[in-house]
Parts: sequence; C-alpha cells; structure tokens
Amino acid sequence: MPLRLEARAEPSRAMVFAAPVIAIAATLCLGGILFAALGFDPFTALAAFFIEPVSTVYGLSELLLKATPLALIGVGLALGFRGNVWNIGAEGQLIIGAVAGGGMALALYDVSGLWVMPCVLAAGVAGGAAYAAVPALLRTRFHANEILTSLMLNYVATLFLGWLVHGPWRSPEGYNFPESRMFTDSALLPLLVEGTRLHVGVLFAPLAAFATWVIVSRSFLGFQIKVIGMTPAAGSFAGFGPRRVIWFTLMFGGGLAGLAGAMEVAGPIGQLVPIVSPGYGYTAIIAAFLGRLHPFGILLSSLLLALIYLGGDAAQIALAVPFAVTQVFQGMVLFFLLAADVLIRYRVRFDAPRSVAS
Amino acid sequence: MTVSVSAAPPRLVMRGIVKRFPGCLANDGIDLVVEAGQCHALLGENGAGKSTLVKIASGVLSADAGEIFWEGAPAAIGSPAAARALGIGMVFQHFSLFESMTVAENVALGTGDPSPLPALAARIAEVSARYGLALDPQRRIADLSVGERQRVEIVRALLQDPKLLIMDEPTSVLTPQEAQSLFGVLRRLVAEGRSILYISHKLAEIRILCTAATVLRGGRVAGTCDPREETAASLGRMMIGADFAPPARAAAAPAPGEPRLVVDRLSMAPEMPFAPALDAVSLAVHPGEIFGIAGVAGNGQAELLRALSGESLAAVAEAVRIDGVAVGHLGPRRRRACGMGFVPEERLGRGAVPDMSLADNTLLSASRSEGMLSRGLIRFARARQFAETVIGTFHVAAAGPDAAARSLSGGNLQKFIVGREILQKPRLLIVGQPTWGVDAGAAAAIHRDLIALAQEGAAVLVVSQDLDELFSICDRIAVMCQGRLSAARPVRATTVEEVGMLMGGVFHLDGTAEGPGHAPAP
Repeated sequence: MPLRLEARAEPSRAMVFAAPVIAIAATLCLGGILFAALGFDPFTALAAFFIEPVSTVYGLSELLLKATPLALIGVGLALGFRGNVWNIGAEGQLIIGAVAGGGMALALYDVSGLWVMPCVLAAGVAGGAAYAAVPALLRTRFHANEILTSLMLNYVATLFLGWLVHGPWRSPEGYNFPESRMFTDSALLPLLVEGTRLHVGVLFAPLAAFATWVIVSRSFLGFQIKVIGMTPAAGSFAGFGPRRVIWFTLMFGGGLAGLAGAMEVAGPIGQLVPIVSPGYGYTAIIAAFLGRLHPFGILLSSLLLALIYLGGDAAQIALAVPFAVTQVFQGMVLFFLLAADVLIRYRVRFDAPRSVAS
Repeated sequence: MTVSVSAAPPRLVMRGIVKRFPGCLANDGIDLVVEAGQCHALLGENGAGKSTLVKIASGVLSADAGEIFWEGAPAAIGSPAAARALGIGMVFQHFSLFESMTVAENVALGTGDPSPLPALAARIAEVSARYGLALDPQRRIADLSVGERQRVEIVRALLQDPKLLIMDEPTSVLTPQEAQSLFGVLRRLVAEGRSILYISHKLAEIRILCTAATVLRGGRVAGTCDPREETAASLGRMMIGADFAPPARAAAAPAPGEPRLVVDRLSMAPEMPFAPALDAVSLAVHPGEIFGIAGVAGNGQAELLRALSGESLAAVAEAVRIDGVAVGHLGPRRRRACGMGFVPEERLGRGAVPDMSLADNTLLSASRSEGMLSRGLIRFARARQFAETVIGTFHVAAAGPDAAARSLSGGNLQKFIVGREILQKPRLLIVGQPTWGVDAGAAAAIHRDLIALAQEGAAVLVVSQDLDELFSICDRIAVMCQGRLSAARPVRATTVEEVGMLMGGVFHLDGTAEGPGHAPAP
C-alpha cells in the first residue's frame, strides 16, 4: 500500500496545534524504545524521567525555575522568527546579560538597598540587548547573515565569561576556584517559596509573554514584523522598514535573554561561574517552535522542555545514564516536530494500486 | 527536415482529459483534436485550464483520466523527454534561459545534445537562416532582446524537428512588429506540414493565424470553431460566456494646469545584474488625466514603478515631485501622506499578503489615511469596516473581510487592491498592469473605476503591456524602452503602429521625439 503526500488546498489549522502533540507522543514512544534497548523497563524509566521529578513541591518549584529562562528567551526569539530574523545567539546574549548583571552586583558589593537588585536586572537587559546589537549592525550595515554572526558570538561570550572568572573577577576568598565573589543579599532575587530556590523572577515569564502577545497581535509594529516575515515584498510596498524590524526584534530578544542571564546569576547561582546556563539559549529555540511562536504556547512548551532538563538530571541518578540523555530527548522533540509540521500543508494518502497507468 | 503531409489520422487527439488539483478541477473531460499541418488555437481566459492541458500534452503533468492518441496510436506521455521523443516541442511563455551563457550553450543545455558546440552552432545558424529567425549562436542571452530570446526558444525546439509545436502566449512579450514576423515563421512551419498548438487570449491574432480553435471555459470545452469565420465578439462571447462592453472614455481632455506628478530626469542604477537602468526619465501627469506608459516587459517599467512608489529612492529629491513637493527621498508611507495611491504589478505577494485576511491587508496602505491606528495599536474594527466597504463598493466576490487574500481569484483580488487605493481618495494614483491576468468582466470594471477617478480630478499613471488597454483608457501615452521614456503623445494623435515602433526602440520617428536611440546619456 503506497504512502503518498498530497498538498492540502489550505494549511490545516488543526494540524498547527496537533503537530506538537504528535511530536511529544512520538518522542515518548521512541524514548521508551531507547530505554528498553538499554535494558530498562520502558514504563519505569519514563516514569523516572517525566513523573518522579515533579512529584514533590520542590520538584515543581525547580520546574518553574528552569522554565522561566526558557520562556523569557523563547518569546523574545519567536518575535524575531515571525519577522524572518533568525537570532541563534540567545545563549551568548544570556551569558553577556549574566556578565553585565553580575558585574553590577560586584560593583555594588559594598552597598545595600532595595534598588540594587533592579540595577542588576537592568544591567542584564542592557548587556543582552547590546550583545544582540552586534548581529543587528552587521546585518543592516553589511548584509551579514545574522544566523552565522549571532551563533559565532555565543562562543565569544562563553570564553569572555571564562576569562573574567579565571582572571580579573576571581574571588579573592575563593581558594583559586574560577568563581566570582558570592553576591550580597541586596543583589539577589528574593525567594518566592521558602525552602526552594524559586525566586520572584519567575513572574517575569508570564509578564513577558503577555507583553509580547500585545506586540504581536495588537500593535502595528507586530503587524509590520509579521508582514515582513511572511511577504517581504508586501512590506516594501507598504513602506515598512526592514531595518527597524531587524533592530527591534534582535534588541528585544537579546534584552530578554540578558534578563534571563542576570536572573540566573542573581537567583539560583548567586555568583558568576564559568558555566551559567545548561544551553537555555539553544533550548529556547525548540521552545519557540514547539509553542508555535505564540507567546502563551511558548509558556507551555517551556514547561515541557524544563521537564526534560529535570528528567535528564533524575535519570542520571536513578538510571545511571549520562547527561546526554537530556539532549537526546530535546533533539527528538524538535525532530518529530519538524516532521509533523509537514502535515500542516500536506495530508497523507494511502493509495490502493491504481488501475490507470500513470 | 520536412514532415510528410498525409490525410491520415490526426496528429494529436486528447479525449476526456481530467486533471484535479486540491480544491480545483482544472480540466474536466476536455477533448482536443489537432490535425497535421494545422495551426490550432487553444483559447480561454486565465484559469480556463489551457496551461494544465498543455502541460499534460507535453508530459509535465499526468492526467487523472483520459486518453491520448499520437498519429492514431495510443500514447503515454509520461515525461517531457517522452514528449520530445514523439515529436512534441514546446515554447513556454516564461523563458528558461541562462542569462550569462551564449545562445549555443543554452541550446546544448536545453536539448541535452552531446555534439560539440561548434557543430551545434552551425546547425543553429542553419535553422535560424532557413526560417528567417536571425540569431547569432555566439551572443550572450543577457545581451538579447525579449524577441530574440524567444527566437532562441523556438530554434531550440525546431532543432528537435518537432511534428507538433506548442506555443504558450508567444506574443505577450513582443512588439506588434515582432509579432508579425513571428506569424510569418509560424506560417512557414505549417506549410511544411508541422502542427502548431497556439495558446492565446488575443482574439485578433488568432483570427488571422489559426484555422481551427478549441475554446475552454472553466475547465471544459466551450466550443470548437474556425476562427476565420468568427468575429472577435463571437469568440469573446464563447470565451467569457457573456458580452462585455468596453469602457467609454469621455472625450474632453483636461486643460493642463499645474502638473500633479512631475518626474524630472530620473535616473536609477540597475538593482541587479542584467536589469535595466532608468536613464533620465521625464514625464508630467496633470489632474484629471490618465497617462499611459507602454513597453515590452523588462524595459525598466518595474524599476520606474518602484522609484515612483518610494520603494527605491532617487538620488536627487527633486527628480520626483508631487504638487511641486520634492518626494524623491521619501519612502512609500511619506509619499502616501502626500496623496499618492499605488497599485503594484504583482497583486499577490506585493500588493497583498497571501495568508492574511482582507481586513489585515487594508493595513498595508490605508492604516494612516483611514485612522486604523491609535497609539501604535491597531483598531481592527476600523480595518474590517474599511475592507467591507471596499468589498461592497467594488463588487469583490469574497467570503468577507476575514477571507485570506490568496482565496480570491486574480480579478477579484485586483478589484480589492484597486478599490483599497481609490477609496482613500488619492490625488495621484499609480497603477502597474491594472488588468494583467484578470478576467474580462473585472478588467472592464477596473477600467471604469480608473476613468471615474480621473474624472473626479485625480491624476492617474498606468503602466501596462496591453496596448488595447492603454488606447482605450489613456489620454496620453509614452513608451518605455531600455530604461528610457519616449515623449508622450496624445492617444488621438498616435497609432498602435507608431507605439509599436517605439516599443522596439525606434525613438526618432518624426525628428521631434527626444529619446536619442542609442546615443550615450548626457
């Protein structure tokens, strides 16, 4: 029975929403098969991966803690993706945001006050946006592809942070470990739930999602971004400036990534260390597409991807599998999502053998 | 290379051809018989199913149902190569030539001919000499005119010695004079016993060229006839299914006062390699006047339209003036604020975003003039209301303001886009190809609307390849050729022949036209 893809007359709206569900189901199936091949009972292993980590209040708080940077970065990136601005550099913008926020916290080491923490966060936003301005400038001034420039700047940011904590910003009391001083309490985000690491920064994620939703679906600026993303020639006919869209979306996404970075170092980490992110900037790209580039969808997809992070940590302990299992699951979700997205524009036909020779 | 003429079976018979695309039945049981040595016209409006039928005959598409007979025997045409092997040659409307390669190299690539280039060049020279298709095998495509490029396609097809030559809208890119010489070539091919399937919607040329016609309408055969025994009106009725009245242009030409639009020695560098540059283009359009720009496609009209709309900016601000205000440095939105409306050549993908609703599409050009914005936020109710008004006023067949632009037929979308601009009461409207690929009913409506707009005192500039259109609605016509614009002539004081000469680059007819032919720019 031959299988055939046939173009749909209209893109299917139902499939836009069904594709992530299909992708998640396929990921669970293949994940189970993989665990079985490794010699585990697939149901126990999947339960250890996906259910046990969130069966406690502490586990749920960790879920929200990890979903926050993903959601912040994801909604920012999605705005650019709608306008055909492909910022792959959120990881670097997060790191520079952490550096700027951390630098502010270290600079204000000797002062205390309620205004210190907002200064740290503002510095993070500014740092991330400034770092995203580099690919924006290269794209608008020299037509350099922002995918390449923003991606390459990620490595620059990682090495820059490494140099800082190995050198000038290394803690004098740190026994030569590559770490900065611990930030003072004034610089840290207050906790939301005692006994957990969940801080007030988690509230920024729904706020950012709402603000982005207003931009995308209510503002003329968001309309311009969508037009330029869907049909650049129509944007040019209407007189919408592509430069403005490139600058705005990169700065917006960079600012949110920088905020996420500052919140990591002023939240659960509490100091600058060589690695401040387990790849949130990359995983947020998956979150953006899994959430259909819609701000509220991205809130949900961020929770799922945060769960995969937690599950990966739990599986390392419970099943003694390496950390790479997290990336395997992330990869499977993205892979199946891209495959399932074909169904938005095509339908599968099962052909009976045709009588007419073709 | 001659083909024997026999009274025996028809060269090509297609019977009961059905082809279905998602959401559209393109061919619904079509029959077609092409005799040997016959020039057979395939007539129909855009979307009637002509291109689909021809693609099936040339092996590009396969039919869902139906039979094909070639010289009396059943034939399966599974691929373009199979069609070539049978003796079916094709000259497409859109050329498939590599600009940076020579004629001979293009022919070698297109036919897969393994013979060495010099031998091939000799055969090209021989074939082109025999049919009077002057062509130098060593020249680069980029240096050729559109008419010459079409000759390359024809020679490429003739080198395969086809028994049936399919020509898709061959005159749509030619000047009237070039079209006449093409007809001479086609008559010689028919005299040799070859068959020609000639696809067109131009009734006049079919009546002088073809001896049989099959008329398609909505995917079915509307009738067959001998076009020599029909009138243009009766053919048109078969094609459209109804009579249509050409628009009547009021006779009174407006008294020229201050011009509304002035283009003053506008020059633009080419945006891409092989694209034409604009070379000191000057014109003036007065209130109440419709000014036409004729020309073969690709001679700078697209560049001129972009320079007028503000999508590309002039080097000198004074090169484009609206009501005396220099706007050459202003972008499209600032020019709209000066009272300019603009209808681009491509309606889907420039004039409208295909996947957005009609209501959203009004925001492209009417957001400011119709008060659709408030503090940076969109007032969607205003946009919907405006879209409804456009749909109602201009009789756009659409499901409503929420219908996606891509769901409309070409004619209805064009009515919507023209209506969107006209309802904003522009003082100056610039229109590119107002009725290209639009059905006759919608074309007549658009022409009436443009004329009405001019009568209300707006200046209208129309760029079109369709001379009939320009002659029926314009007050004055100028011709664009190789990036230059001829002096404008009143429509009543010029003829199709004269405009045709200008389209071919002959700019010094009576010694008064200032276009200096091939002289370098000052």
